[in-house]
Amino acid sequence: MTAEAITPEKIDAVAHFEATRAAYMTRKRAYAFIFWVAFFICLGVSVIHTDFNIFTIIEKLPGTTSFVVKSYSAFSSWENFWPELYDWYWGFETWVDALFVSLLMAFTATVVGTTIGGLLSFVASRNLMKKYWLYFMVRRTLEIARTVPDIVWALIFIYPFGVGPLAGVLALIVHTTGAQGKLFSEVNENSDFKPVEGIRAAGGNWFEEIRYAVIPQVLPNFISYTFWRLALNVQAATVMGFVAAGGIGYELITAIRLLYFLDVGAILLMIIGTVFLIDIASEKMRHHFIGKETLSQ
Amino acid sequence: MKGAATKELNAEEIQKQIERFPRVFSDTFKVRAIRWVSGVGVASILLYSLNRFGFFSEKFYGSLGKMAIMFGQMFPPTHGGQFWEYVDAIGETLSMALIGSLIGGILALPLAFMAAKNFNPIRALQFGTRRFADVLRAADYMIWGLIFVRAMGLGPIPGIMAIAIIDTGILVILYSEAIENIDNKQIEGVKASGGSMLEVIRFGVMPQVMPVLLTNALYMFESNVRAATILGIVGAGGIGFLLSDNLRAFEFSNALTIILMIIVVVYIIDYGSRKLRERYIRGDDYLQGDENIKKRSFFGRVLAKLTRPFSS
Repeated sequence: MTAEAITPEKIDAVAHFEATRAAYMTRKRAYAFIFWVAFFICLGVSVIHTDFNIFTIIEKLPGTTSFVVKSYSAFSSWENFWPELYDWYWGFETWVDALFVSLLMAFTATVVGTTIGGLLSFVASRNLMKKYWLYFMVRRTLEIARTVPDIVWALIFIYPFGVGPLAGVLALIVHTTGAQGKLFSEVNENSDFKPVEGIRAAGGNWFEEIRYAVIPQVLPNFISYTFWRLALNVQAATVMGFVAAGGIGYELITAIRLLYFLDVGAILLMIIGTVFLIDIASEKMRHHFIGKETLSQ
Repeated sequence: MKGAATKELNAEEIQKQIERFPRVFSDTFKVRAIRWVSGVGVASILLYSLNRFGFFSEKFYGSLGKMAIMFGQMFPPTHGGQFWEYVDAIGETLSMALIGSLIGGILALPLAFMAAKNFNPIRALQFGTRRFADVLRAADYMIWGLIFVRAMGLGPIPGIMAIAIIDTGILVILYSEAIENIDNKQIEGVKASGGSMLEVIRFGVMPQVMPVLLTNALYMFESNVRAATILGIVGAGGIGFLLSDNLRAFEFSNALTIILMIIVVVYIIDYGSRKLRERYIRGDDYLQGDENIKKRSFFGRVLAKLTRPFSS
């Protein structure tokens, strides 16, 4: 079928459709081909670069399983369950205190980081901030704070603030500020602009527009993200101790380095249990607040 | 307000409306009580912990000067003649994330069918698979990395294992939710024409869930790249080792180079992955025009054009 054959009088609809579809499919196949070739090249380079070999892993897997088994072989018989449990958790007081510090770090970082990030998010929203340079600076700062991982912030803060939970909590605060600020500003950008125009028409200034037109719309989402961030921060706070920035992680890394298998098992169980419970609680709270939102609509 | 439709209400009528709809005009006592108690609770825990962590101490304010000196030492960024080692380590980081995500994305698929209510009639097994996935992701990347480093030795392999395990844990939940939300009609169609279980999955389920699975797997790849940058801190391969090494040796300007490299790479990966996801979901004729671009000042337009790949 040539181009000049198509005139308004004698368009063959079926042939036209087939031709368009064939062109479309060819293009799609070409893209898919390019994508898969690129993917397999990347994969091949990665496998070579990391010396990845499935047989090496299978060979080393028994070492891992024996590590796990040794970490949980604290019990010999049912009769001695309680005394052995007591022996297993010989350092319970220290560990609970360290875990409490981790939880406190996560809580503080979530509250402080969300407050700062939430306030900055209105400046970092394209639709609310008319001064482009201010929006640009705040948004990029938040993105950098978020992109640098929290444990790297901890490594940075260790130098001026010394080892201990202060560096860890500051690291979590910086990361939380960035993450919340970016997420919240995306929520702001998706909010309905009509209430803002209403407040503006009634003579409200910028702060009143934010307070009475934007916040009522975005608050349920903000709260939901905050509970999610709390769960993530609890998880992050458990490993802050790996770089000596406070919390249970320090106890865990010491036990692993010294190969105190039973201690590793006991501490891991505490960490996993806590993160698990916080996760479920956070999920419940999120559903509670988001449910409220859908009810009011 | 002098609109024809509005009617002036006198005080008595307003009072009547308040009595009629009390919850419109004020929250109930219970709601206000919960709000007050939680507010006071959060504030007091916050004060306690800020005090415990030493935010009100002399040491904290003394350290702020030290921090300024440290940030001053970071500039200008240097590489101490090790630039290509950094690039190599970044490559290792990306490789770890790619292989780990691939293994996780594949391992999660059969487990997701086990964890989906509509495919696993054995309730205990379905519930058990979900909780197992929860346990896998409850320990952080760093914890898994540390365990595998102890059991397998230093290098990128333990990092890959840690990424694969967390990736599996998260993707099982996401995949199984996608599988639970599918439309049953297509499955019934395949069954009615005599398809086996595998054919039901291949022709009834996969076409429906594939976009969700791929976008979730890509999303996890992004987050795995971020995780792979720090796994080196515990010796599990990647750029994290060089970063923590330089920071511990107070080579702040070298560390800044590495941090900047991480930021650039993470931005590029995020951007590429987002474009791929959008393309896959919306089709390849998707073209987005930036409507705001004409409204900006000249400087703003130039900035927007320069930073368009990175803005989100």
